[in-house]
Amino acid sequence: MSDGTATPGPAPKSAYFLSDEDKEVERRTLAVIVDNEPGVLARVVGLFSGRGYNIDSLTVAEVDASQHRSRITIVTQGTAHILEQIEAQLLRIVPVAEVIDITNSKRGIERELALVKVAGTGEKRVEALRIGEIFRAHVIDTTNESFIFEVTGASDKLTQFVDLMRPLGLVEVSRTGVLSIKRGKEKG
Amino acid sequence: MNTKTKAKPAAETADTSTPRMMTGAQIVVEALREQGVSVMFGYPGGAVLPIYDALYGQDAIRHILVRHEQGAGHAAEGYARSTGKCGVALVTSGPGATNMVTPITDAMMDSIPMVVITGQVPTHLIGTDAFQECDTTGITRTCAKHNYLVTDVNQLARTIHEAFYIATNGRPGPVVIDIPKDIQFATGPYVGKAGILKPTYVPQTEPLPEAIKATVDLITKAWRPIFYTGGGVINSGPRASKLLRELQAMTGIPVTSTLMGLGAFPAAHPDWLGMVGMHGSFEANNAMHDCDLMICVGARFDDRVTGRVDAFSPNSKKVHIDIDASSINKIVRVDIPVLADCAQALEAILKELKARKAQLPDLAPWKEEIGAWRARRCFGYKNSSDVIKPQYAVERLYALTKDHDTYITTEVGQHQMWAAQFYHFNEPNRWMTSGGLGTMGYGLPAAVGVQSAHPDALVIDIAGEASIQMMMQELSTAVQHKLPVKVFILNNEWMGMVRQWQELLHGERYSHSYSESLPDFVKLADALGAYGIRCDDPAELDAKILEMVNHPGPVLFDCRVERAENCLPMIPSGSAHNQMILGEITGNEIGEAGRGLV
Ligand SMILES: Cc1ncc(C[n+]2csc(CCOP(=O)(O)OP(=O)(O)O)c2C)c(N)n1
Ligand SMILES: [Mg+2]
Repeated sequence: MSDGTATPGPAPKSAYFLSDEDKEVERRTLAVIVDNEPGVLARVVGLFSGRGYNIDSLTVAEVDASQHRSRITIVTQGTAHILEQIEAQLLRIVPVAEVIDITNSKRGIERELALVKVAGTGEKRVEALRIGEIFRAHVIDTTNESFIFEVTGASDKLTQFVDLMRPLGLVEVSRTGVLSIKRGKEKG
Repeated sequence: MNTKTKAKPAAETADTSTPRMMTGAQIVVEALREQGVSVMFGYPGGAVLPIYDALYGQDAIRHILVRHEQGAGHAAEGYARSTGKCGVALVTSGPGATNMVTPITDAMMDSIPMVVITGQVPTHLIGTDAFQECDTTGITRTCAKHNYLVTDVNQLARTIHEAFYIATNGRPGPVVIDIPKDIQFATGPYVGKAGILKPTYVPQTEPLPEAIKATVDLITKAWRPIFYTGGGVINSGPRASKLLRELQAMTGIPVTSTLMGLGAFPAAHPDWLGMVGMHGSFEANNAMHDCDLMICVGARFDDRVTGRVDAFSPNSKKVHIDIDASSINKIVRVDIPVLADCAQALEAILKELKARKAQLPDLAPWKEEIGAWRARRCFGYKNSSDVIKPQYAVERLYALTKDHDTYITTEVGQHQMWAAQFYHFNEPNRWMTSGGLGTMGYGLPAAVGVQSAHPDALVIDIAGEASIQMMMQELSTAVQHKLPVKVFILNNEWMGMVRQWQELLHGERYSHSYSESLPDFVKLADALGAYGIRCDDPAELDAKILEMVNHPGPVLFDCRVERAENCLPMIPSGSAHNQMILGEITGNEIGEAGRGLV
């Protein structure tokens, strides 16, 4: 109060009551850059189970051998408040170097790879091959009675492909989980 | 607000001289010595024998042999909290390590810097269920701030220095270093601590200028402001307490504190409101509820403090200064987050306030309101000339020891709350209690740790008769190491806090809360080589307290107090700050929702 005539005004409102948007659950993809040291994945996964956060998908691999850095991609869900906590709690883990919110940046690209084994003969076999072509799936192994497709794309596309294979003799599926990166020339 | 990316550290300075070669065990002792460790607490066993061998015959580090590893952990905590330095404990593999889990968790909850070294079976046996093997890093992963399993002797020195860096920087906490026995025997290079820091762990300690400006804006407009301070002020160091006092003197803003923050602001000050929270003062809780500006400094909106969160201080703007981004907006939404070390933030606020030369609002009406709450004298109790009231016992203990160089520790229960209410602290680092985890058994070993750091001080554990039985063997440690700690037991023959809740919530059905078959504490003291005193007469209390204070060795004081006394005032769980129980408990205070809470 620089004019020196301060008088009581209306009480300011607490931010506490402004948190209704909190209840909406959002899906987020986070890239967690970590020092590749023993136990680091357990720390990250343990944080999610210990504090009751969701993991929908998780992938991990070393991405920079010289700096021993790994990239863990986690797809999670939560309210805005929980998501903020998840980021802050991840950053508390000592070997976590960086948390990149790919979804929030609105510039994320997400991809997943699936290997899909389909067994069958005759009409069904032909149909499976035809749908494989539509999805730009590669056949990476074949016998007289089976194919293994390798297919990449957004996760829902893979799910759709698997669903279409089900009546055509789907045997088993192996998926990588989501990988993500931001568009444009900048890192992170 | 916070940077989601951690800052890049300065380049590490490489030591170019030829390193000295030594065994892993010698590296451990040398690294501790270089870190300035003069006292450590431990217990030997097969998997740490090489380290114990390296400790043999050296006198740079005093090793205090405890009677149970949990005692070593709490002693290290007490040492750390009373000195501001990092506590150190050394234990063996398997049961030694599992016995440390409670103090590690305790230190994590209360942000106490501690390095725990555990022995491990030799590397080639890891994973085979070898004798005294346990997955120490797995077990302590979520209860320690960080942990290591060292599998290469060349990394050992570096790891120990990094552990100290992590334990003491940012929000302090416990760090575990698990060292297999073969690594202790192997020979490797000693690397000094210079230049060691963890590139992925560089906490932000400087506040953002915008956050400070916004805080000062609010201070210059607040008619009903309050400082809500916590253990972070103590952890930040004595400078933070000094700056808090300066800022308070400049603004006149009344101060309350959490259990962990007692002493950062002098209890003798007229603007001190007493402790906040479940057993805090009526004036502190009402002021928190009715304030228009809450400046939280190094506290974390714990449920013992907030009571019912959706009724917590409904009309205030909130500033939260904390070094841990995850504490901000975790429980209560704040308007101005200030991610910084408490001392740095307080200093920046002071500077900005001075620069503005603003006239601050007149707080007289606010203080008048507070005065009316204060006039309720919420800690009043009915004294008696027949039986010692527990409140009276702490009051007398305070009166008769306050002019000494006194440090107080506590166990957990009613006595802990009475200690917080009736013992008053004017300096930081004088009050050691298990706040976050609420660990019965903390107080005696913590007192041992405190006394080892302050040999000439008067160190008193204010205890309950149930709690003391959890770690009473540590009195033997005190005797062995000539640490003249005083254990002042408020013996009400009940797990009083449990009994109080059963009275409040469970229709006075006192299930398993009576302290049956109590030992004769005077004989017990005698058997352990300490001195025992019993008192059950209010008229004799002063003389006996003085007898305790003047006794040169450890004392176990069995103070027989009123058994059915309740600890009041109290905010029943699930209630708001302005719904305190002041007088007698009726049994109808807690609604259905509150019943499920702890
Ligand atoms: C290790 C541990 N176990 C159980 C509890 C639950 N608990 C909290 S207070 C209390 C009773 C403490 O009794 P006493 O030490 O006699 O203290 P009083 O409340 O009577 O002062 C218990 C059992 C705890 N806090 N810690
Ligand atoms: Mg008791």
